[in-house]
Amino acid sequence: MVKVTVCIGSSCHLKGSRQIVEELQYLINKNNLGDYVDLGGTFCMGKCGSDGVSVTVDGDYYALKPENVMDFFSDVIVKKIPQ
Amino acid sequence: MNDKKTLRKFDTKVQYLQYKVLREVARNAFNDTLLEKVTDIPKTIIPGNTPTMRCCVYKERAIIAERVKLAMGGNRSNPNVIEVIEIACDDCPAGGYEVTNACRGCLAHRCEDVCKRNAITFDHQQKAHIDKSLCVECGQCAKVCPYSAIVSRRRPCENSCKVKAISVNENKAASINNEKCIACGACVYQCPFGAMIDKSFILDVIDMIKKSDGNRAYKMYAVVAPSIASQFTYAKLGQVVTAIKELGFFNVVEAALGADMVAYKEAEELVEKGFLTSSCCPAFVDYIRKQYPELEQHISTNLSPAATIAKYIKSTSAPCKVVFIGPCTAKKMEFQRPEVRPYIDSVITFEELQALFDAKGVDIEHLREGVLDNASYYGRIFARSGGLTDAVAQALKEQNTQGFEFNPVACDGIEACRIALAKAAKGVLPNNFIEGMACVNGCIGGAGCLTHGEKNKTEVDAYGREALEKSIGDAISVLNLPSSDKA
Repeated sequence: MVKVTVCIGSSCHLKGSRQIVEELQYLINKNNLGDYVDLGGTFCMGKCGSDGVSVTVDGDYYALKPENVMDFFSDVIVKKIPQ
Repeated sequence: MNDKKTLRKFDTKVQYLQYKVLREVARNAFNDTLLEKVTDIPKTIIPGNTPTMRCCVYKERAIIAERVKLAMGGNRSNPNVIEVIEIACDDCPAGGYEVTNACRGCLAHRCEDVCKRNAITFDHQQKAHIDKSLCVECGQCAKVCPYSAIVSRRRPCENSCKVKAISVNENKAASINNEKCIACGACVYQCPFGAMIDKSFILDVIDMIKKSDGNRAYKMYAVVAPSIASQFTYAKLGQVVTAIKELGFFNVVEAALGADMVAYKEAEELVEKGFLTSSCCPAFVDYIRKQYPELEQHISTNLSPAATIAKYIKSTSAPCKVVFIGPCTAKKMEFQRPEVRPYIDSVITFEELQALFDAKGVDIEHLREGVLDNASYYGRIFARSGGLTDAVAQALKEQNTQGFEFNPVACDGIEACRIALAKAAKGVLPNNFIEGMACVNGCIGGAGCLTHGEKNKTEVDAYGREALEKSIGDAISVLNLPSSDKA
């Protein structure tokens, strides 16, 4: 199980966390990965200054922009799923 | 501290005095000097020998000492959060309608004609007198007197208490009946002598901040009520958010996001049950429980917006502590209820927040602007009367509810609530939804507000329009996520 946490605090919300959450939910469902990816939210990761929405994948931190979600999904999240 | 500048932040000098007490208590608590300095606070606030408020500085200091006790949590054996400082009560006249010496002894005697109880008599100079054994205090005589010579001598506290919880005790001081009191705080705001005060939990909050060890031991979350938009108007809202973080909070979240969640669920519940009252205002809910227990089954089962969002924060961001900051004294009762206690750790008012800022020397006007954006327009307008109704109407629209006619009544103030509830109890209320707000104008009229102005409603609406999310569904879509602490 890959644990993905998206920050939904004010700062990230304004940078597009809703779009990111919706797109990740869509991609997880489309690829039938619901049993492999645990998507969650949290209020603030303390990195409000970053250039993008704060996201962690199994504890690793990323600053993600809404337009890069698709690549992020295939390059980072899917690769962490045990084959 | 420039006192004149600070005074401008408050409606009355009573609030300002109360603020100074809270500030001194908080300052000492932050500095770990409260234990040694607590008995010095009255003299710090009332220096010198010249009294400015009461008969002598000794009485003034004695009253301040009582205020200090309340700022430190008050009488723990009294479950009510509203208390009377007996020595501060001025024993105002409470005789009801009286004829003053403005009576000119006219010929018309309108007062006599209008009095259905024949309580008005005249002396040999034709001056009116009221027979108190017959008078029922209807006030008709006062209305018709062309000289306004008849006045009502009612205590401001009793006058403000629409649930009739205040009476005069054997010492002529005001006394609160806890069986009736809904902790709305109307008396706190109205008493011109500052004798009715809400207990403060600022020491609990300061203690939580300290023990969080800079948010390392656990994170401190502030949930702020949307009425904050009408407060702290000397600074930008973003600066207030930064100031709250400067106090030691990890993050600030809008209670309005909880309001979005509540509106959505309340709309579903209303369609299912057919008749509902709101559950957002703790004083209104308490009023139903105390005065109309037969209607309790119709109260929405939702937690209040603050408790709803606090529950979500606790489920996603543990370990953490949640402090609600708002305009409301009744919230100080609500968070102690068993169904809310696990989610909200403490409650303070805007008045108390201002005291904390100044105790810590936070220079709000020169801070950078933080951001506060979680909720939709609809969640934010919960702060004013009618907003909740608008939000539920919007939620019904977003849910595409077919064949359900929404027929709400928005009750502005506890008196309006009483009228709607009395009708509902008799089965003659034509509406299927009661929005109950104990304070007139809604939360922006709350006793814990720094200022109560004409512009407050406009400011809340403007703040609502600034929200990034325009619909309730969009605002709450991110919350459908499972908790990040699972798995």
